[in-house]
Amino acid sequence: MIEARGLTKRYGDKVAVDDLSFTVRPGRVTGFLGPNGAGKTTTMRMILGLDRPAAGSVTVNRKPYAELYSAMREVGALLDAKAVHGGRSAYKHLLCLAQTNSIPRSRVDEVIGIVGLEDVAGKRSKGFSLGMSQRLGIAAALLGDPDVLMFDEPVNGLDPEGIRWIRLLMRSLAAEGRTVFVSSHLMSEMENTADHLIVIGRGKLIADCPIAEFTADGAAQAATVKTPDDLRLAGVVTAAGGALERGEADELTVRGLSAEEVGQLALTNGILLHYLAPARVSLEEAFMELTADSVEYQAKTGAQK
Amino acid sequence: MTTAAIPATPARIRAVPAATRRAGLPGTLRSELTKILSVRSTYWTLLAQVVASIGWAVINCAGIVSHGIGPGFNAAQASLTGQVALGELIIVVLGALVITSEYSTGMIRTSLAVMPRRGVLYAAKAMVFAAVTLSISLVASFVDFFVGQAILSSKHYNTTLGAPGVLRAVLLSAAIMAVFGLLAYGAGAIIRHSAGAITSILGVIFLIPALAEALPNSWFADVVRCLPGGQALMPIASSSPSVSNHLFSAWGEFAVFSGYAAVLLALGAWLFIRRDA
Repeated sequence: MIEARGLTKRYGDKVAVDDLSFTVRPGRVTGFLGPNGAGKTTTMRMILGLDRPAAGSVTVNRKPYAELYSAMREVGALLDAKAVHGGRSAYKHLLCLAQTNSIPRSRVDEVIGIVGLEDVAGKRSKGFSLGMSQRLGIAAALLGDPDVLMFDEPVNGLDPEGIRWIRLLMRSLAAEGRTVFVSSHLMSEMENTADHLIVIGRGKLIADCPIAEFTADGAAQAATVKTPDDLRLAGVVTAAGGALERGEADELTVRGLSAEEVGQLALTNGILLHYLAPARVSLEEAFMELTADSVEYQAKTGAQK
Repeated sequence: MTTAAIPATPARIRAVPAATRRAGLPGTLRSELTKILSVRSTYWTLLAQVVASIGWAVINCAGIVSHGIGPGFNAAQASLTGQVALGELIIVVLGALVITSEYSTGMIRTSLAVMPRRGVLYAAKAMVFAAVTLSISLVASFVDFFVGQAILSSKHYNTTLGAPGVLRAVLLSAAIMAVFGLLAYGAGAIIRHSAGAITSILGVIFLIPALAEALPNSWFADVVRCLPGGQALMPIASSSPSVSNHLFSAWGEFAVFSGYAAVLLALGAWLFIRRDA
C-alpha cells in the first residue's frame, strides 16, 4: 500500500507535483497516468525517498521509505532501466543489490531465470538492448519478493512481445495480492492492464477511479448508428444539442447524446435506424479529454496540419 | 460499488527468507565490496598505482646508485617517494570514481532505493574503498621498500625495516594513499561529476602546492607545512624524525592531510544525505 498526502515538489518556482493525495491498494494494478511532464516520475522518486517533498508526505506500508526494515523485501522499483553501472555484469549487479538486504545468492539466480536473462547474466550490461535492460531492472525489482512494485514507463521502447510479457507479469503480481503501481503517458497501454487509474496533469490529481468508471462516463455520451436517412438524423441530433460524425463505412457517431436519447429522437421523428449502440469511447479519448487542459508541452495549433 | 473491495488474496509463499535484522552496514559493506571488485576501472587504477609506485622506486634508487647520495639523503624516502608523490595522483581518480560513477550511470538511484539509509551507504562505500586501497598500497609500499633497498645495497646506502622510523615510513606511505583516496571520495560526493571532481582534486593537491612555491620565501616557509601536497608529503616517506624546520613531523603532516580528508568527507556526507539523488 502506498499513501500520498498533500505531496508537493517544487523545482525553483516551478511546481512539479502539486498537493497530490492518493492511495495505491494491494491486489490490483494501479495505472499512474499523465502527459509527459505531469509529475509521474517525480512522484515515484518521492515515494522511494530519492527526492524530498517540499510539503506533504508519502508512506509505503504505512512507513516513510527510509524507515522500512528491509526496503527490498517491501518495495521493488524500476524507475530507469538504464540506471545501472554498464561496466558491471548483470549477475554482479543483482548480487550487489541483494547483499544490501541480506537476500541469498540463490534468489539472484532465481530472478535471472524469471526474466529470462540466463544467457547474458555474466555479460556487462553496457551492451544490453533496451528490452534486456528492462528485464534486468525488473529482475532487480523482484529480488526481495516485495509486496509493493513500482514501474515507471516499463514498456517504453519495447517490442510487442516484451510489452505483452510485462503486461502479464504485472497482472500476475497483482493477482498474488501485491500492490502494483505503474506509470504511463499512453492510455492505450493501461486499457488491458490496469484495474484502477490515478490520472494527473501538471502535478495535480485529475482522476482517481476504477478503470471501468473512467470509460463509462464517456460512453454515456455517445452512440453509433446506421440509418439510410442520415441528413434528417443529423438535423434532429443537432437540434437536440448533439453532433453527428461520419464513422467507418456507413456508420455514424453521435456525440453528446446517449444511445437511449438517439433512439427516442429517431422514434419521435420517424427516422429508420438499422443499427444503434452505445459507443465505447476508448480510454485514449477519455484521457485526452480529461487532460486536454493540463498538457505540459502542447503542440501549437499553427504547427499542426 | 463498495469501497472496501480489497480482494481476497491467496497467502503467498515467500521466495525470500524474512529479514532477521534491519538492513544496514554489514550487508551494505558486502554489497560495496562486490561493486568495487566487479568493475574494470578499479583494477586498472590500482594496477597503474602499483606500477607507478614500484617503477619510481626502481628508477629513483638506480639513479642514486649511479649519481651518489647528496645531502639530506634518506634511504626509506628514496624507496617511497614514488608511492606518495605519484601514487596519490592516481588513487584520487579511483576515490572520486567510486562515487561519481554512481551518478554518471544513474546507479545511485538504484543503490538508494535498496538502501535508503543514506549515511549507511555513504559510510560503507568509503570504508570498502579505503580498505581496498590500503591493502593494495601496503603491498606496494613494502615492495617499493625492499626493491629500492636491494638496489641501494649495491653501494651500501640501504637501510632495514628495523632501523628507527623506517617501518613508520613504510606504513604511513601506504596509509596516506587511503587518506588521499578518501579526500577525493568526499570531493566526488560534493561535485557528483567524474571529470569535475578529478580535475578539482588534482588542482588542490597538485596545483596549489606548486603555485605556492611562487610565494615569497618567508611566506612559503610559513604555509608549506599546511599545504595539501608537495613538500608536506616528504616527512611521510622519510624515516628521519625531522626533514625540515618548515615541516611538521611525519605524524604531524599525516594529521594535516587527514584533516583535509575529514573536512571533505564530512561535507560530502552532509550533502549526500540532504540532496535529492
